Amino acid sequence: MPQIDQIAATYGSQIFWLLLTFGITFFVIGLGMFPKIQGTVDARDKRIADDLEAARTANVTADELEESYRVKMENDRSEAQALVEASKAKANAAAEKRKNKANADIAAKVAAAEADIKARAGEALKEIETVSAEVAQDMVAKISGAKVTKAAALKEAKAALKHG
Amino acid sequence: MATEEGKIDPMYQFEVQTIFEGFSLGGQQIALTNSAVWMMVSVIALWAFMLGGMKRELVPGRWQMMVEGFTGFIDNMMDANIGPAGRKYAPFVFSLFMFILFSNVLGLLPVGVLGLHPFTVTSHLTVTGVLAILSFSIVLIVGFAKHKLHFFSLFVPHGTPLPMIPFIFIVELLSFLVRPFSLALRLFVAMTAGHILLKVLAGFVINSSNAGAGYGVLVGIPSFALMIGISALELLVAVVQAYVFALLTSLYINDAENLH
Repeated sequence: MPQIDQIAATYGSQIFWLLLTFGITFFVIGLGMFPKIQGTVDARDKRIADDLEAARTANVTADELEESYRVKMENDRSEAQALVEASKAKANAAAEKRKNKANADIAAKVAAAEADIKARAGEALKEIETVSAEVAQDMVAKISGAKVTKAAALKEAKAALKHG
Repeated sequence: MATEEGKIDPMYQFEVQTIFEGFSLGGQQIALTNSAVWMMVSVIALWAFMLGGMKRELVPGRWQMMVEGFTGFIDNMMDANIGPAGRKYAPFVFSLFMFILFSNVLGLLPVGVLGLHPFTVTSHLTVTGVLAILSFSIVLIVGFAKHKLHFFSLFVPHGTPLPMIPFIFIVELLSFLVRPFSLALRLFVAMTAGHILLKVLAGFVINSSNAGAGYGVLVGIPSFALMIGISALELLVAVVQAYVFALLTSLYINDAENLH
């Protein structure tokens, strides 16, 4: 096995060259390049984490905005509803009031008219009675020559009118 | 291939060959070897790979994604095994993981087709041993720096009955001291065994074909089919061993960082 047969003759150069090459590896690559690559990776990881965090924050803000918008919308809607309700009630009340007033006016006018009609009908009846009583008095005087008192004629006329 | 009288040596691939004599350091010849060249190839390939991930764009491209996949993988491993304190060890474990991974995978590449000599750095005990000792010394340094002598309480698990403490202490200490050896041997053996198996099977294909067309069909084709499967398995082993090395290192560092 040359590794062992040659060990006495070659260990010096083997160790020398190994220390030299591994030393270069360690100092140039291990200490020089490796931390820089590590730094790049770390910076990228940090950047990604930061971006994710920012996205999460933005998302939360958007949610909050949406929630507040929703609440405001709800409030506005209920406010409008209340306003509509109130004005409807007010309009209704006003209409009712006007209607009642009109009804009362009409009723009063009708009652007045009815009373008027009644009074005129009564007057007319009286006139008819008077007229028929006078006619009856005249007729009785012309036919029989008997004098009939005004009162008796009126009484007879009334009774006759009653019986039709 | 070192063919001496038709013999194919499956161990030849592990031979360290001197390309350039180099210099002497403390009595040892520091030569530029094929092993050193492959180490450099690993580092350059790894550097080029990482460079594609350095665009640092917010939205990563494919290459950057791939590099970030590796760094994220080690980051997660440190986080899962050690916790937030594990981040400061991530560069070391990442270097370890990527260096072993690239060495393992590059050693499996069929560059022999191009006339090059493939060599797996991590199939050498010297190399895996040094890496294991590096990991282990970090554990020791962190452990003693953070917990001082209290670090020895690592060897006495909670709820050990008093008379058992000396015995348990020795057992735990031994298992602790064996860690660098197991770490080094596991990688070394896994890499060596797979490569030997592949070379032995390749030798079957060549030798049986040389012996005649009948042998070639009878032995060579099944061997070749097996090689395809084992190559896939070896690729998996290359990744898994790098992972295991990094994972165990992170677990050992966790012991030092958090005790129990």
